[in-house]
Amino acid sequence: MTQKAEQPAIDPFEAALGVSDVKGRSPWQDAWHRLLKNRAAVYSAFIMAAMLLMVVFGPMLISWEPDFTDWDYTSSPPSLASGHWFGTDAVGRDLLVRTLEGGRISLMVGLVATIVSLLIGVSYGAIAGYFGGAVDRLMMRTVDIIYALPFMFFVILLMVVFGRHILLIFVAIGAINWLDMARIVRGQTLGLKNTEFVEAAKACGVSDWDIIRRHITPNLLGVVIIYVTLTIPQVILVESFLSFLGLGVQEPMSSWGALVSDGAQDMESAPWTLVVPSVFLTITLYCFNFIGDGLRDALDPKDHF
Amino acid sequence: MIKDSGMARYALWRLAGLIPTLLIMITVAFFLMRVAPGGPFDSEKLLPPDIEANLNARYHMDEPLLQQYFRYLSQVAVLDFGPSIQYKDWTVNELIGQGMRVSLTIGLAAMVLAFVFGTLLGITAALRKNTRVDYSLMGVAMLGISVPNFVIAPVLILLLAVYAGWLPAGGWDWGIASMVLPVVTLSLPVTAYIARLTRGSMIEVMHSNFIRSARAKGLPESLVIRRHALRPALLPVISFLGPATAGMISGSVVIERVFSIPGLGSYFVQGALNRDYTLVMGVVIFYGVLIITLNFIVDMIYAWLDPKVRYDAKS
Repeated sequence: MTQKAEQPAIDPFEAALGVSDVKGRSPWQDAWHRLLKNRAAVYSAFIMAAMLLMVVFGPMLISWEPDFTDWDYTSSPPSLASGHWFGTDAVGRDLLVRTLEGGRISLMVGLVATIVSLLIGVSYGAIAGYFGGAVDRLMMRTVDIIYALPFMFFVILLMVVFGRHILLIFVAIGAINWLDMARIVRGQTLGLKNTEFVEAAKACGVSDWDIIRRHITPNLLGVVIIYVTLTIPQVILVESFLSFLGLGVQEPMSSWGALVSDGAQDMESAPWTLVVPSVFLTITLYCFNFIGDGLRDALDPKDHF
Repeated sequence: MIKDSGMARYALWRLAGLIPTLLIMITVAFFLMRVAPGGPFDSEKLLPPDIEANLNARYHMDEPLLQQYFRYLSQVAVLDFGPSIQYKDWTVNELIGQGMRVSLTIGLAAMVLAFVFGTLLGITAALRKNTRVDYSLMGVAMLGISVPNFVIAPVLILLLAVYAGWLPAGGWDWGIASMVLPVVTLSLPVTAYIARLTRGSMIEVMHSNFIRSARAKGLPESLVIRRHALRPALLPVISFLGPATAGMISGSVVIERVFSIPGLGSYFVQGALNRDYTLVMGVVIFYGVLIITLNFIVDMIYAWLDPKVRYDAKS
């Protein structure tokens, strides 16, 4: 084949427009720009980053130990003079330190349980969607059946049965939260498996397993990111719910749910013990939801009119 | 006629699918409960072995586990959940009957409240898309989703009951005053979710071609909305009612605890902690059947509302 003379197709337009270097934008860059335009999501991301820093480093910077009982200041309201900026609980423990420590547990549960549900959900959904047919029908029918169960009751049963071990909380919550992920991933996979690049891989003799792992899964990244950000607050909520009922983490460990539960018991005499952990928990859930929403709008442009 | 027979077949096929679901649920719950360390008679003082043996015999807990399991299944088949272990002199059927009246009253009221307000707010926001009204409504809705029940409940009690003294802080006497706080708290997250759903689908519907046609033929906007937009816009809300019910049931566990209401949720948590096998099983089965039935009804309504759904028994 002879080399064609180079035809500068774009250059004249560039010159006319007065720009010299037109760059293409990848879909990911597009999404990034859309995300940055969503102010609620951006602010939420900053607040979440601050929250993370506070929860991780805060307890090291505050001079109170989380289990230190300051008998001079039991149930003392927030004040700068006593050094307990957010007050103390009924046995004189500094509320700020306890809330930050509780936040570590809550956020960790959120993260780990989400990863558990992510692993189960993505592999389950991708396998069901890719193989299709009877396999798909059986697998999705199973999901439907589990979906119909009053799952909170099973979590409560699980907690009662296996004791309140923190590891179990991760697994139990993750193991029931994968259903949504599996459904969404399956739907996406159904669409992906008929694309040219999968056909090409098949034609090259790539095994089914490798196609799922190397070609399908990376293309699910967009939806998975969205649902991860939406799963984290859900999981935090479930854990707090369990802790609130007294079935979650145990003393001396604490989580936001357990602190809210304690606060609700003392709220008439010491309302700050209810308000402080509630505010931390709510801000976190609020921000995660906004970030998830923003990501969905950014990565899933079919919603845009 | 063809459509009707197709729908009947679809309904039958779905009904047949309910039985394995129930069976799995009963089986899992039964064995989970029995695997749990400890038993219903672990009181503080040790029971004399004779008495414990008698008690075990009374509840057939001296039999092999599998035999107990099949005995239980045959009991459940005739809707007999047996005697409660913790609440002496009560059968589980009686306890469920009692708790059910309370829990379903709260749940139903909350659901109606959530549906009415949720759709109204959602439509309002959609029709004023990207205005200040829309943004503030959706901001509040996001707050409703993000603030958990167990935070809202104590805060409302503190503000409206303890400080203001307008409403009772808890308890249940079938009076309206004692219902307000539990019902409102239970409905808030669902209201918020429905509002967001309605807004999204309403915006989508308002951009569709048949709405443009309706406008083009000169219908006033209010009629366009009522006659053409409302029905398709509410479809996602209808299909959300199933998960919403499930969410409300788990929410009611907390609500009943916070407001000390003698409903099914409190029985369940107490029962699980006290290893009251029969009571826990009864509540799980009751709620399972409720959720499954509701999902079934919701699917039927959906199929009936949406002409695009095909009654294909295979899919």
